[in-house]
Amino acid sequence: MPHPTLQVESLGDQALLAILGERIDPGVNDQVHQLAALIRAAGMPGVTDLVPAYATLAVHYQPAVWRYAALRGELERLWREAGAAELAAPRQVELPVCYGGEFGPDLAEVASRCGLSEADVVRRHSAAVYRVYMLGFAPGFAYLGGLDPAIAAPRRETPRLKVPAGSVGIAGMQTGIYPLETPGGWQIIGRSPMRLFRPGQEDPCLLRPGDRLRFTPIDLEAYRRAEEPS
Amino acid sequence: MSLLVETPGLLTTVQDLGRRGFQHLGVGPGGVMDPVSHRLANLLVGNPETAATLEITLAGPSLLFEGDALIALCGADLAPAIEEQPVRLWRPTLVRAGARLTFGAGRQGCRCYLAMAGGFRLPLVMDSASTSLAAGFGGYHGRALKRGDRLDGAPCPKERYPSLWQRFDRGLQPWLALDWFPAWYRELDFLQPAGLRLVPGPQWPALTAEARRGLLEDSFQVASNSDRMGIRLRGPRLALERPMEMLSAGVATGTLQLPPDGAPILLMADRQTTGGYPRLGELASVDLAKAAQLRASDTVRFTAITLEAAQELLLAREARFHALARVLAERQSY
Repeated sequence: MPHPTLQVESLGDQALLAILGERIDPGVNDQVHQLAALIRAAGMPGVTDLVPAYATLAVHYQPAVWRYAALRGELERLWREAGAAELAAPRQVELPVCYGGEFGPDLAEVASRCGLSEADVVRRHSAAVYRVYMLGFAPGFAYLGGLDPAIAAPRRETPRLKVPAGSVGIAGMQTGIYPLETPGGWQIIGRSPMRLFRPGQEDPCLLRPGDRLRFTPIDLEAYRRAEEPS
Repeated sequence: MSLLVETPGLLTTVQDLGRRGFQHLGVGPGGVMDPVSHRLANLLVGNPETAATLEITLAGPSLLFEGDALIALCGADLAPAIEEQPVRLWRPTLVRAGARLTFGAGRQGCRCYLAMAGGFRLPLVMDSASTSLAAGFGGYHGRALKRGDRLDGAPCPKERYPSLWQRFDRGLQPWLALDWFPAWYRELDFLQPAGLRLVPGPQWPALTAEARRGLLEDSFQVASNSDRMGIRLRGPRLALERPMEMLSAGVATGTLQLPPDGAPILLMADRQTTGGYPRLGELASVDLAKAAQLRASDTVRFTAITLEAAQELLLAREARFHALARVLAERQSY
């Protein structure tokens, strides 16, 4: 089935936004990643950044190489001619998490709000396969989809001034991992010893847009062994 | 050659032209707020435009030169002086080892850029020396400069402006500036009540008629909680015809976004990579330098410009930069 016409709008004089849909939906997000892959494969000089989001792809470019109308036309052509190609298989990433205790101070509250035991919350949280829809908000922060609705829990009434890097939290239907120590209002249920953002390294972020993520429960001893120096 | 930070000033950071190619990981471009002043400062001392400079904000630092240096200061006039003698902006300036650069009460603009010939020796993080204050990486140990920091630079290349160096080496004065400067900076008119050109964005039509009129006809004040992430504007409260639920999507430097409180925010260098507020439009990139020089309580007005016109202005400015780089390369040879 051929693609529908690509919807494009300007994002100032050095970027544009390709719009693939209007809701949070795995199929729409697949199309976002497919368009990004097509542009990367076409090796377009003067395109400096491709920023996938839930349903859009921001394309940052140099006007010395592309005027808006020319780039828009080129992207429309790429999309039209590509058809609904298969996406490359997504990367599967496992993230170890030590749930509860001092690393998950809100696990008990989430369990009681959801009418579950702490062990049930951990089981449900680590059973799901999450889609990395996009990264944003902070370096290495992944917007994940796929939380079991049975463990959805509202934000804390009073945000914490400091949430340690690696903390795993729940806020409404979202779950996520704090890449940096920041203030935060999510219910914190555990902590990963892995560093999500490693600015000095070749591969600065553990997660990439389009990845599939699972959490693996580990105990405190395994956490200490795996802990990366900050 | 090194620079010793005796006092850091309000906010002095190492910045360059920022990061490209990492926004999909949530890493924003960062870099200098005013790319025009930064690039001119680098060109005046014979550096590539991509070399890191010090971005000095409102109240400047006290810096001790531990070797002879060729510098240029461009951007805001924060009353710079070397050994208490005022020095002028926009000039290639030789500074003697042991001399101290200080700043006084700012007279005009918000951010001044110090370029040093040969650049600063700093590790690149994700291909850039820019300091990310929020995430704590890049630049000088991922933070603003503090008292006692020492910035190392390459030994000063004396083959640039050789006749100026000859005069300097014969004398004892703490500094010597070339009496020549690119008058082009005047066109940036940092002092004018800032008129900023805006390319209306997709949610422009969603504004009420009154809000559209207000945005283009009324003036706004720069709020004191503006920073490198965004310039917050106070003026007529802008309302949408009806509330909009937006999905997070990519934004740009210069995006004018509208949070629910109706006070627009102009996203600047340290912006996030994505945002979830309605986008009223984007600043023409040529006006980012002017926006970067706004101070708290300055007045701003917007006018609308087409995307095509904004791109033409940007390309015209790039052409002038190329021409100036050629003139400067020639001037630096004697």
